[in-house]
Amino acid sequence: MTADTTLEFRAAIREAIIEEMERDESVVFFGEDVAAEQGGVFAVTPGIQELFGAERVFDTPISELAITGAAFGAAATGLRPVIEIMFGDFMGLSMDSLVNQSAKYWYLSNEQRSVPLVVRSAVGGGGRFGAIHSQTHATWFQGVPGLKIAFPSSPAEAKGLLKGAIRDDNPVIFLEHKRLYSVKGPVDDVPDSADGAIPLGRARIARAGKDVTIASAGKGVSDALAAAAVLAGENIEAEVIDLRTLRPLDLDTVLGSVSHTNRLLAVEEGPATGGWAAGLLGLIAEHGLHDLDDAWLLTTGELPIPYSPTLEDAFIPGADAITAAVRERAGVAAAR
Amino acid sequence: MLLIRLFETEMQRLFLRGEVHGTTHLCAGQEAVPVGVCSALEPDDYLAGTYRGHGHALAKGTDPDALLAEMLGRATGVCGGRAGSMNVIDVDHGLVGCFGIVGGSVAAATGAALTAKQQGRVAVAMFGDGATNQGYFHECLNFAKVLSLPAVYVCENNFYGEFTPMLKVTAGGDIAARAVPFGIPAVTIDGNDLWAVREAALEAVERARSGEGPTLLECQTYRHHGHSKADPAKYRPPEEVEQWLARDPLNVTRRRLADLGISEQELADADAAIKARIERAVEHALAAPYPDPAAESASEFAP
Repeated sequence: MTADTTLEFRAAIREAIIEEMERDESVVFFGEDVAAEQGGVFAVTPGIQELFGAERVFDTPISELAITGAAFGAAATGLRPVIEIMFGDFMGLSMDSLVNQSAKYWYLSNEQRSVPLVVRSAVGGGGRFGAIHSQTHATWFQGVPGLKIAFPSSPAEAKGLLKGAIRDDNPVIFLEHKRLYSVKGPVDDVPDSADGAIPLGRARIARAGKDVTIASAGKGVSDALAAAAVLAGENIEAEVIDLRTLRPLDLDTVLGSVSHTNRLLAVEEGPATGGWAAGLLGLIAEHGLHDLDDAWLLTTGELPIPYSPTLEDAFIPGADAITAAVRERAGVAAAR
Repeated sequence: MLLIRLFETEMQRLFLRGEVHGTTHLCAGQEAVPVGVCSALEPDDYLAGTYRGHGHALAKGTDPDALLAEMLGRATGVCGGRAGSMNVIDVDHGLVGCFGIVGGSVAAATGAALTAKQQGRVAVAMFGDGATNQGYFHECLNFAKVLSLPAVYVCENNFYGEFTPMLKVTAGGDIAARAVPFGIPAVTIDGNDLWAVREAALEAVERARSGEGPTLLECQTYRHHGHSKADPAKYRPPEEVEQWLARDPLNVTRRRLADLGISEQELADADAAIKARIERAVEHALAAPYPDPAAESASEFAP
């Protein structure tokens, strides 16, 4: 690839699929409208069917149970399916196949065979799509052993993590924040990657700092970086951790950060109850309490995501909310 | 078929002795269906079965020793004791798995058919009448038809979904007819007649292998026991049970074999060999160790 390539997030996803399909003939790609001319409702995958043919890339019925179930059966017999479940909210229909079939196969089969599949979905609020097209379904799957959950934060991360997910021998839930699709960024230099693929399970320090650790994933990372830039002007140096995968969680990287910042803010676009951020705080308390002066959450309220722009903007924690939260709780301490 | 019957008799006995744990779902009475279907398959074709799946696994070729040990939760089980009665997986014999959720096998076989299509193989789903009211059945038949997948959908209609009569909860009451609007060929078969099952399966497998898409086989049969070990099956009219017992598929098969000229002695010799095989499996399983939690080195993820 040429150096200094700048791509939109959606184009980075497309490149990752194409490169992995070129690399490995067992990779197949299917879902609703993915092979259609536009390349899905978010225009992520145009032209891929033309490259690889209708045997490997095809449209399916609007039939999430069959799509996910078929992906399981195909993966259990030797293919490496990448499927698209258009909106993460539709994953309720995919639940049985992912939780009871795919996630448990490696263990229940006594490690006879694993299920290498990737389920891509658009997630997240801020698009005025209302309560049932805006959720981030990661936490529905957070407590399921055998599943991995990846949530990229930038075009480079999207490309590297998707390539890593496709090469991973386990079922991976892959979250694409819909408000990142049009974000542009360099993809030529994927950090921590072998051959452009980021192995799942390793967080990265997106910005170094000494006063407070902000841990997030997906769009939350770009919001945290924006907040950190503002806070730096106020003499608060925030360290931003991009968790990259929510399962497995890279606790060591967070513990390492907290050991010198002593403060942890976990930012999740979802309710606190049962969320991954609350789980992270619990685990950091268990393993790093001696390092903590403070630890808290920035999440949504315990309500469905509202439609009206005024309500939705107030509901979702963005860069301003992160800045305010750090200023309020860590600012005085950092200034000392 | 006798191997499956004796396996289930042993399951019954070992359950009462406390050697089979939790629950188990016996398929005695339904043996002709998996045996007839698997007789039409190549060894590397795929099969997905159900939680009433001991017959599915044995017919597909799973070693009786390994299956019996699995039922007893022993380390020598086909899944090392991790899976148990409802979740057996045997990759080497093309058994994609037995699935504890009603309809799960339909999805597994549909996906296996995607792989099978590239390999010139066939994928078979075994499922009960209850599964035909699940979304899995309707979504996957549609999916398989529009993609022209080499799948064979085999319904073991035993006329009861758990404790409830099939006709009470199945609109239209005709399972084979449910394939018609999908444009999928379907046939209703006497599931206690091994030859009828085999003939229909051969035709369906040939259709799948030649690229003509899926088939639905409705095999009408009957389970001799209740739904699970928690069910004495008192909801079934005694005269209905009597009628089906009189058509025990093992006896139907024996009569047919006699008609074909197999001698009493040959049948008795085969019986004795199968009985000895099962006795040996029980003996091995009971002597096998339980998995040691301290030595268990399970990894959540494949490396």
